[in-house]
Amino acid sequence: MDKLDKHEKQDSDLRSYLWGFVFSVVLSAAAFFVILGESFGRETTMVVLGCLGMLQVFVQLRYFLHIDGRRESQEDLYLILFSVLVLLIMVIGTVWVLGDLAGRMGMDMSR
Amino acid sequence: MDNGTKLKRHPGLNLIHGHGYEAKNETALFGFWVFMMSDLILFGLLFAVYITMIGVTAGGPGPKELFDFTSLGIQTALLLTSSMTIGMATFALKHPRCHWQLVPWLLVTLALGGGFLYFEVTDFMNMAAAGGVPSRSGYLSAFYALVGLHGFHVAAGSVWMIVLLIQLAVFGSVNIVKSRLLRLALLWHFLDVIWIGIFNIVFFYGWLYG
Repeated sequence: MDKLDKHEKQDSDLRSYLWGFVFSVVLSAAAFFVILGESFGRETTMVVLGCLGMLQVFVQLRYFLHIDGRRESQEDLYLILFSVLVLLIMVIGTVWVLGDLAGRMGMDMSR
Repeated sequence: MDNGTKLKRHPGLNLIHGHGYEAKNETALFGFWVFMMSDLILFGLLFAVYITMIGVTAGGPGPKELFDFTSLGIQTALLLTSSMTIGMATFALKHPRCHWQLVPWLLVTLALGGGFLYFEVTDFMNMAAAGGVPSRSGYLSAFYALVGLHGFHVAAGSVWMIVLLIQLAVFGSVNIVKSRLLRLALLWHFLDVIWIGIFNIVFFYGWLYG
């Protein structure tokens, strides 16, 4: 019985990495396809790429780092969520404030 | 329910109970993950600086002149595959029947990481040859700071992997070496997550808005 359990665990670990790899390849290929195909407008492309990117980060966390909804990985999940919260406040704040400033000052820094 | 899942306290593949694996190592892994999250903040702020610098080319070359998406695709494929192969290495570490696969998977990962660095450095040199040096504009400073820091992480991870391969050869897979290998795998997966941000935000968004 114990041996059977171990084999099942082994298979599920292996499956996790293989599925993670398959999903990552598909999502990366889709992102390159979207940017190189130039089939959408600029805003749509940005949103589509953002969604693909976030999905891929989720795949990495779920299948490679094994962070899922289970109780045992909750501490890790909280740590990640808190770090991401701090990060988002700083990143969105920076981009917002500096973008607004550039807009109000009428700055064109490309020359 | 087996003991393995009850003990699970850190991201990445957890070694199951009965390997002589101690709770101390679990704490070290969780601590390493805390450290990785502080690294995430560092990367995140460089991303923020980069985003505000898109378009700030001061008359110098921008994304349209400098980016090579073929090379970017190769780098992405190499790093993505290496994230899978180091996962396979930790898989080999966990399951005794596959234990012999550990060193081959690590060597494959090392080769993929080396290939990634080769293409990245070639890209940097081509960019510099086209006038895209870090001191040319705020945009390029931000670009090199972020992408270069990621490349430096990969290089440092590769050196770490070589050191662990030597330790494996000298000491065998004793607990302390196993624990170090798991931490290296965490770093490697983390770098792949950062790379997803880099190819989407730095390269694709830079291309769209630069």
